[in-house]
Amino acid sequence: MPQTQRNDDIELRLLIEAIYLKYSYDFRDYSGASIKRRVHHALRQFECKTISALQERVLHDPTAFMQLLQFLTIPVSEMFRDPEHFLAIRQEVVPVLKTYPSLKIWIAGCSTGEEVYSMAILLREEGLLDRTIIYATDINPRSLEKARQGIFSLENVRAYTQNYQKSGGQRSFAEYYTAAYDYAIFDKTLRENVTFADHSLATDSVFSETHLISCRNVLIYFNKNLQNRAFGLFHESLCHRGFLMLGSKETLDFSDYSKQFAPLLKQERIYRKL
Amino acid sequence: MNDITVASSPLRPVDAVVVGASAGGVEALLAIFEGLGPDFGLPIIVVLHLPDAHRSQLAEVFARRLALRVKEATDKEPISPGTLYFAAPGYHLSVEGDYSFSFSQEARVHYSRPAIDYLFESAADAYQHRLAAILLTGANQDGAQGLYTVKQRGGVTIVQDPQEALVATMPQAALDRIKPDYILPLRGIGRLLCELERIEC
Ligand SMILES: C[S@@+](CC[C@H](N)C(=O)[O-])C[C@H]1O[C@@H](n2cnc3c(N)ncnc32)[C@H](O)[C@@H]1O
Repeated sequence: MPQTQRNDDIELRLLIEAIYLKYSYDFRDYSGASIKRRVHHALRQFECKTISALQERVLHDPTAFMQLLQFLTIPVSEMFRDPEHFLAIRQEVVPVLKTYPSLKIWIAGCSTGEEVYSMAILLREEGLLDRTIIYATDINPRSLEKARQGIFSLENVRAYTQNYQKSGGQRSFAEYYTAAYDYAIFDKTLRENVTFADHSLATDSVFSETHLISCRNVLIYFNKNLQNRAFGLFHESLCHRGFLMLGSKETLDFSDYSKQFAPLLKQERIYRKL
Repeated sequence: MNDITVASSPLRPVDAVVVGASAGGVEALLAIFEGLGPDFGLPIIVVLHLPDAHRSQLAEVFARRLALRVKEATDKEPISPGTLYFAAPGYHLSVEGDYSFSFSQEARVHYSRPAIDYLFESAADAYQHRLAAILLTGANQDGAQGLYTVKQRGGVTIVQDPQEALVATMPQAALDRIKPDYILPLRGIGRLLCELERIEC
C-alpha cells in the first residue's frame, strides 16, 4: 500500500500538472521544497485559502498565471554577481576565446538581464564583443522584456559598480549607462549582438552550436532529472572544449554528465566539455 | 541532574537530526556535538546564522574540534548517515523527498538565508515523524514555525532551555509557539543525541 499523501501535497501536484497541461510550463521536475514554499507564498499574495483555489484561478485566467509565474521563477539577479567568477573569466577564459574568429555565447536563465550586460561589458573591454553573438534565454516573458530594456535601478547599480571593479573592470562603470531619475539606462550598443528569446531548459531543445554557456543560479531549482536534461542540452550545444559556467554553489558532481566535462577552475565553477 | 524534560512519551527512533542556531551558536553546537564519536550513525544537518561571507570556514572549524565527519552541504548531494552538514552561507538549504539536498536563493526568512524554518519544514516533509529537530540560542524568531511543522508531522522536538541560552529570544519564541518534547540545557541535548542514535535501529 502506498502511503497516503497530505492534501497539500496532492493539491500542489495537481496545480503543477494543470499548469503544464494548460500553459506548457513544466515545473514537474523542479526541487520540491522550494516550489512548495513559493506556491505557499503566492497563496498569501493571491489571498487564496487552498492550492486548489489558486489552481482554479490560474486555469481560467491567463493573467493570473502570468502573475503566478513571477513567484515560480525567482526573478532575481545582479550585475557581476560573484566578482571572482568574472575575474576568472577575464583571466583564464578570455585568452582562449581570443583565439576563435567568432563566438557564440548562450546565457541560459538570464532573468532580467544583469548577467547579459555584465558579460557584454566584459567582452567589450576585451575586444571580443563585436565578433560575438549572445543568446540570452529564459522562460519568464516579463523578465525577458526587462532584460531587453536594460534599465536598472540606480541604487542597485551603485552596488554593481563595486562588483564591476572587483571583477577586474577597467573603466569607470558610469561610462556604460545614463542616469535618469532613479534609473540607469544601459548603453544599447551593448545588446546589439544579443538575441533575447523564450527557451525552457525543461521542454525545449538545442537551437545552436555555442562556444560558451553560462547557466548560473538556475539549476539549483531543478531536481536531478531535470539537471541532467539541462546538462544534456549544454553538452549537445557546446563545441569541442567549449566552456560551461555555473553558479557558485552549483556542480556537475552528482549528475550523469560529471565525466563529460572537466573542471577548469573548480572553485569558480568553470568547466570545459571533453 | 535536574534536566527539565516535558516528554510524555518515550524517545522515538529517527533517521535524521536537524539543528538551528543563531547568536551564540558556535559554542552551543560544539557543546552538543563534542560527545559524539566517529561512529555516530545519524545525519545531522545544521543551519547556523552567520553574517554573509562567501566561503565560510565553519565546516573546517568543526571538523578540527569534533570526531564526526563534517562538511558543508552541496546542492543535490545525497544525505549520508554519520555526517554533520552545515548549510552554505547565502543559500537556503532544504531536504528533498529522496533525501538529498537542494539549495535556493529565495528571499530571506527572518532576515536570514539560510533560514532554520526553511530547513526544518522541508526536512519534516521528507522524514515525517522520523526526524528530531533541535533549536538553540539566538536573537531572532527563526525556527519556531519550523519546529511547529516538525511537531505536526510527529517528529521529536527539542528546545534549549532559554534560561541557559546565551540569547534566549529564539528558543523562547519557539516555546511561545509550541510545547516541545524536551526543554534541555546543552549537556542534556548532547546526551539525548547519543540516546537517539542508540535506539535508531
Ligand atoms: C535566480 S535567476 C538567475 C539569473 C542569473 N542567471 C543570475 O545568476 O543572476 C533564475 C532564472 O531561471 C529561470 N528559469 C527557471 N526555469 C527555467 C527553465 N526551465 N528554463 C530556462 N530558464 C529557467 C527563471 O525564470 C529565472 O529568471
